[in-house]
Parts: sequence; C-alpha cells; structure tokens
Amino acid sequence: MSKPTWTNPVVRWIDYRLPVFTFANEQLIEYPTPKNLNYWWNFGSLAGIVLVIMIATGIFLAMHYTPHVSLAFASVERIMRDVNYGWLIRYIHMNGASFFFICVYIHLFRGLYYGSYKSPRELLWIIGVLIILTMMATAFMGYVLPWGQMSFWGATVITNLFSAIPVVGQSIVSWLWGGFSVDNPTLNRFFSLHYLLPFIIFALVFLHLWALHAHHSSNPVGIDMKGPQDSIPFHPYYTVKDAFGLGVLMLVLLGFVFFAPNFFGEPDNYIEANPLVTPTHIVPEWYLLPFYAILRAIPNKLLGVIAMFGSILILVLVPWLDTSRVRSARFRPVYRVFFWVFLLDCIVLGYVGANPPEGYFITVGQLATFWYFFHFVIVLPLVGWLERPRPLPDSISASVMAGKGKEAGHA
Amino acid sequence: MSDTAMTAPGGHDDDGTTRRDFLLFTTLTVGATGAALAVWPLIDTMNPAKDVLALSSTEVDLTPVQEGQAITVVWRGKPVFIRRRTQAEIAAARSVKVSDLPDPQPDTARVKQPAWLILVGVCTHLGCIPLGQKSGDTRGDYGGWFCPCHGSHYDTSGRIRRGPAPANLTVPPYEFLNDNSVRIG
Repeated sequence: MSKPTWTNPVVRWIDYRLPVFTFANEQLIEYPTPKNLNYWWNFGSLAGIVLVIMIATGIFLAMHYTPHVSLAFASVERIMRDVNYGWLIRYIHMNGASFFFICVYIHLFRGLYYGSYKSPRELLWIIGVLIILTMMATAFMGYVLPWGQMSFWGATVITNLFSAIPVVGQSIVSWLWGGFSVDNPTLNRFFSLHYLLPFIIFALVFLHLWALHAHHSSNPVGIDMKGPQDSIPFHPYYTVKDAFGLGVLMLVLLGFVFFAPNFFGEPDNYIEANPLVTPTHIVPEWYLLPFYAILRAIPNKLLGVIAMFGSILILVLVPWLDTSRVRSARFRPVYRVFFWVFLLDCIVLGYVGANPPEGYFITVGQLATFWYFFHFVIVLPLVGWLERPRPLPDSISASVMAGKGKEAGHA
Repeated sequence: MSDTAMTAPGGHDDDGTTRRDFLLFTTLTVGATGAALAVWPLIDTMNPAKDVLALSSTEVDLTPVQEGQAITVVWRGKPVFIRRRTQAEIAAARSVKVSDLPDPQPDTARVKQPAWLILVGVCTHLGCIPLGQKSGDTRGDYGGWFCPCHGSHYDTSGRIRRGPAPANLTVPPYEFLNDNSVRIG
C-alpha cells in the first residue's frame, strides 16, 4: 500500500496537518480485505448503520418526548398523532431496535460458526460481547419510556432481579428506583441513560473496528491472508456489497415499518402504566426471550439471575473454551453439527421464554438451559480436542480458485 | 444505449464513457435522492405539530372591556393587545400625516371597527413586550405603547413613531363574530 500523493492543494494542506485523508484511504478504500467474504460478513456493517439510524431517529423523538409519569404516555401518543411524521420516526425506532438485534445476533452466530473469535481476535470478540450487553440495557430502558403496561411491569421485573443479591439486594433495588417502586425518578434516570448509552455503544463500536483493522477481517475458510493475491481493496468491492445488503435490509425493515409496525411489539404496551394491575402475561421483547427463559428455568431466585447474566458473559470465555486450532466450521465436521444444535437450542429457549412457565414448557426450558451451558463448557473444549478437522486449503486464493468443488461440503 | 450494451463491462463507448460510469452515476443519484427523502421526515418533525396548529385561533369575549381599557390575551403563545380606544385616541391616530411615519400605514387599514384596536403585543425590534396595557404603565410619547427594552414609542394605532423598531406592531388576522366577541387567528 503506497502512501497516496494528494493533488488537491486544500486536501494536501489538511492532510499534512491532520492526515484524515490518508487514514480514510488506508482504512476505508485500499484497506485489504479477504476476497472470499460471503454475505454473512454483511451484518457487521449493517448493525453499524442501524445504530446510526437509531441515534438519528432517537434524537428527533427526544425532542417531543416528556419523561414524566403523568405525561410520558400521552407524549408518545402525541408523537404518533400530532407530530409531523412522528409515527414514521417512532416506528422506525421501534422496529429498528429489533433489526439491530437481528443484525447483531446474525453477526454473533457468524462469528461462532467461522471461529472469528480466535487469536488474534479475542479482544475484538470481547468488545462485541460488551456491545451486546450495552445494547440490551439500552433497549430495555428505551422500552420503559413509553410508560405502557409492559414498560412499567418489565421495568419492575428486571430491576427486581437485583434484589436476588444477598444482603444488599433490596438497597440496590431502591437505589435503582430512586424510591420504593418504579416511579417518576426511575423513568427520569432511564431516559437519561437511554440517551447516554447509544454513544457508549458508538465508542465501543469504534474500539471494535480498531481491533478489527489491526488484524483485518477473518473469512469463511478461516486462514490468514498471506499476500496481495488473497485480498481485494475494501472500496469498491465491499462498499458496493455492503450497500447492496443495506438495500435488502431497508426493504425488510421498512416493510415492517409500513405494513406491520407493531409486529414485534406487545398490545399491552398501548395501555398506560398502572402500578396497581399487573398484565396476566409479562414477556420481554423477543430479543431478550432466550435469556428470560434461562432466568425462569432455575427455581432458585439468585441462581436464576446468575445463570441469566452468565449466559451472556460466558461468551467472553469462548476464545479459550474452544480449543480447536481450526477457525472455520467449514473444516470442522463435528463442531458444525453442534453449532446448528446450539442455534436450535437458542431458538427453543426463545420459544419457551415467550410462553407461560407451565406444563412441559418448564421441562423443555430446563433442558434447553442445560444444553446452553453444556455447549460452552463441555462441547466446545471436548470437540476441539477430539475432532479431526478436514485439511485446510493452502491459501484463500487457492480455495477460491479451486472453484465450487471445495464448497460442496458446506451447507 | 444500444452501443453501450454491446461493449464489454467497463469498455469504452464512442464518447469515452463506460457502462460502469453510467451505473456509478445512476446509483449515486438514486442514493442521494433516497437519502434526501429520508432526511425530510426528520426535519419536518421539528415544524409545528398538528396540536400546535390546532391552537392557532382564540375567541375573546369583549363585553367587560370599557372604553379606554385594554386587555391582553394569549394567541399562539404570544400576547395580543386588545384596546377599546376613546374618541380622542382614534382622532389622534387619524390626524397624523401618514407619509411622515417611519412605517406609513393609515389607521383605517389597521382596524376593522375604529374603537377596537387589536395588535400582536410583540415589539418589532427584538421581541420584547411593550408597556401600555396596564393603567399605571407608561404609554410612551405618543399615547400608545412604549417598549422598555430599547425605547421604541408606538402611537394609538400601534404604529412605530420613534426608536429602533423597524415596523408597526403587527395586526393579527381576526374577525368579529358579533358585536361582543372576536376570533383571533
């Protein structure tokens, strides 16, 4: 990569003092990217764009929203009915939250399938886990703001999780509430934090990209780039591919916004919060359901809370739990099976989380929870030791030039 | 276009442009149009909302206002001065030579009924509220209103006579519903 010489004198003047143009050229244009990335590699950039959409729509929603228990619900209804395009901005924000999680979950499972978390990308992965945690906190607090029934009771249930902490639990909960129940102080601080956290996510995304660019993208065959024959410049090849993916994502997202805007929502949240009446069936938003199922699977309150947070935090250890030296599941016939079983397990957990904890849902939830942790703690290390991976190609270039024959074994 | 279609991708056409150039420019144009269209709803949310526009008219009962008295009502968040002028005030407003005024306008063009002067009570200089509505207020040198911020004097027709304000006090749109009530806006 040669340092470009800028012909435009203004660009040259600026670049000599603040090399933004050189930086952009190195990191966004010439940036060498594996030439074999498939469409599963689109979801990182898509998640980033959805984050920007969420911040933009959120800033405009905040101009019309009132964080007060007696005004919040009505102010959201005013956004829906009176504010110009308020319905559009709110529906994009609501459905954008779901699509943010869709993109990030696909991105996460992409990483699990192709072993993207392995050395030297462990920190990149851990920062990603922190991003998901922050996203969950942000989404949860955002869901409280409209002050509907689900907002209120979701906030009550989730904040009460902390009461499971021995000795200081109850004090922590009333500290979180700023009172003796979820009330106006709670709503105020949730609004403040809901506005803050997206910028924390933005900073984490910056670190995520920094770590990514230190060692470049992994790729479907999971072997490193060995020279210029293995890479193509990011622009125009991946800018165009990402733009195409964005077009598809927008079609789906706006399809929901315009034709089924409340598909992901709960009708109960269009009833104003009532601290005296709990809805018969409380469910979190869909993206939290698997973790909610893990919480309910364990009959002990404290252990349930620990299991729920543990189910996310265990992802931090994945780079070390997976003992295989081969990155991509494409060459790991045994791990590949367990990957799909694990994905199915997460979907089962989500399904159980959406249903009342009765009858066989309890048993299924407990089995699925067991398997969730079994996968990480037992399956990942053991398969890494015992599995015999298929031979790796000599290089990215060789695997691409070999044509479709090499790909045949891949589902 | 048929010539372009015949050339290989990226191949040069007769005039030196390529099919790739065409695709690039159309893509960028569509992208830029889409981005502009997407930004408009965000900008438009900051315009007055429907409930704000719905508050844009105010009905006022004029029965309690005696001759020489004034009331202040709120219209669109701003004060509106309603003064029931005396014969002397009307005469004073109409005796001025219009061409001598900084913002020439005859009194007859500023009222619908000579006794009732209705004005937006916001100084046309920098938006302060002039004095002159309450009985103890100074009314300036011309018997109308006086703006304490920068010293603008308005006459009994609400016209600027002296001071930095560039224009007369604005007459809001209004109509008399009957002899005793008026709708502003």
